[in-house]
Amino acid sequence: MQNTTSDPILVTNELTRRFGDFTAVDRLSLTVGNGEIFGLIGPNGAGKTTTIKMLTTLLPLTSGRATVAGLDVRRYPAQVRRNIGYVPQLISADAQITGYENLWVFARLYAIPREEREGRIREALEFMGLSAVSDLLVKNYSGGMIRRLEIAQALMHRPRILFLDEPTVGLDPLARDAVWEQIERLRGHYGTSIVMTTHYMEEADRLCGRVGVLHRGHLVGLGTPAELKAGIGRPDATLQDVFARFAGEDVELGGGYREAGRTRRVAVRLE
Amino acid sequence: MSQYGSSEVARPTAGPGALERLAEGLGQVGAIVGLEARKLAHDPTELFFRAVQPALWLVIFGGVFSTIHVIPTGPYTYLQFLTPGILAQSVLFIAIFYGIASIRERELGIITKFLVSPTPRTILVGARGLSASIRGLSQALIVVLLATGLGVVLNLSPLALIGVVIVIILGSALFSTLSMIIASLVKTQERFLGIGQLLTMPLFFASNAIYPITLMPGWLRPIALANPLTYLVDALRILMLPGEVGLFPLWVDVSVLFGVTAAFIFIEARLYPRMAQ
Repeated sequence: MQNTTSDPILVTNELTRRFGDFTAVDRLSLTVGNGEIFGLIGPNGAGKTTTIKMLTTLLPLTSGRATVAGLDVRRYPAQVRRNIGYVPQLISADAQITGYENLWVFARLYAIPREEREGRIREALEFMGLSAVSDLLVKNYSGGMIRRLEIAQALMHRPRILFLDEPTVGLDPLARDAVWEQIERLRGHYGTSIVMTTHYMEEADRLCGRVGVLHRGHLVGLGTPAELKAGIGRPDATLQDVFARFAGEDVELGGGYREAGRTRRVAVRLE
Repeated sequence: MSQYGSSEVARPTAGPGALERLAEGLGQVGAIVGLEARKLAHDPTELFFRAVQPALWLVIFGGVFSTIHVIPTGPYTYLQFLTPGILAQSVLFIAIFYGIASIRERELGIITKFLVSPTPRTILVGARGLSASIRGLSQALIVVLLATGLGVVLNLSPLALIGVVIVIILGSALFSTLSMIIASLVKTQERFLGIGQLLTMPLFFASNAIYPITLMPGWLRPIALANPLTYLVDALRILMLPGEVGLFPLWVDVSVLFGVTAAFIFIEARLYPRMAQ
């Protein structure tokens, strides 16, 4: 862990992913600093999830390079996995077992030593405010509780960087606030770097130090929320305006039936 | 964690040693098998429903065919002959739909969470094969109790029972990894269920489960000999029927089951990660 504070936690260089003729991510070059909360925004189909999947070793790169926690994702995928946490957009907690059991499984998959396991599980439950419901089956959890459990699951091994894909999709405003609060505390308490994708401008505004705007696989804007808003040239500009300016008339496009179906199903199951 | 040297990109420090890797791997296998056990402990109803089918086969099919004596089963009663066959069948039927779990997990995001963990792919797949044997073993218990209740004489020596447990674990792992391979290839529940239905009956009838291979028409015999279920049934017969020598020696049956399972795990370990792409 020594001498890493000044090194960036994540660097991509011309990161590219093609599916047949379609280029989902096109020569994306990014640097995320240690301890930073970095947001990726863009319409459906802009390449956000594809980018996250490449950075979390789930999807092979077509070309370019990415290093996460100082490790090349192509050459050392297994070591990268030990250093990252990932909360996918879709539900990733198991509904048929309890919250505690969900954490127990991942504590063992991450090879947390037996003598520390119980403590880490209790700590993660406590941190995410789930201690009181740890022995309930997850199918009885609310959407916000499921999300917090999933974040707890991704945290127990103390990852250096956490990837959150649309962390508050399908949540009601109250649950969303609670998740935001936990994310802020998490960065404050453990200094974990976070890369998150979102469609919600309010979310990026509140949480992210810097934001990258993706459009059709290209990085079309990059800066702090304030800088991006200033670029619009109107004093009352919101990130929504930034989004609209970069994404233009395409905001409604992309995604398609399958993705819409999935997102809604998630929203329903999260109820 | 990572040491930053003079080079721009770090090389990982020497990972855990061989012994630590082994301990870690065993822990990961324990996590996945434990997950399945906990799921079943919270909701064991499926295990009871699953017991209905083998009961029907033993009581009705077995009952009818023992009275008409059309199937030559050597020194054994037809029910004796049938019991290991029905045991193998229930292992097959419960394991062949196991892949539906990976399809559900893919529709949610559970699969990605397993794949971003440092668990080697072979362990992810192999351990799921092992967890399928929890169901297979619960079926075995029910079939053995039922058969004993029907007055079927089985070899229940501790050595035979240990053998039965090992062979059922292998058989469950074999057919559940086959099921996961199918799931990885077809990716949707509808297609998967269709193919599952399509496969089970031919696998069952083109085997020695309910009649000996010698009764089969010539064209069917090579198919039955290429069918892994035949080796599962044969091994169970050798272990459960007193004095049975089997089609093949026990070690051949076990080696075939082991070899095919290993091959399926090898293939699925390469297909499974694509489920998250």
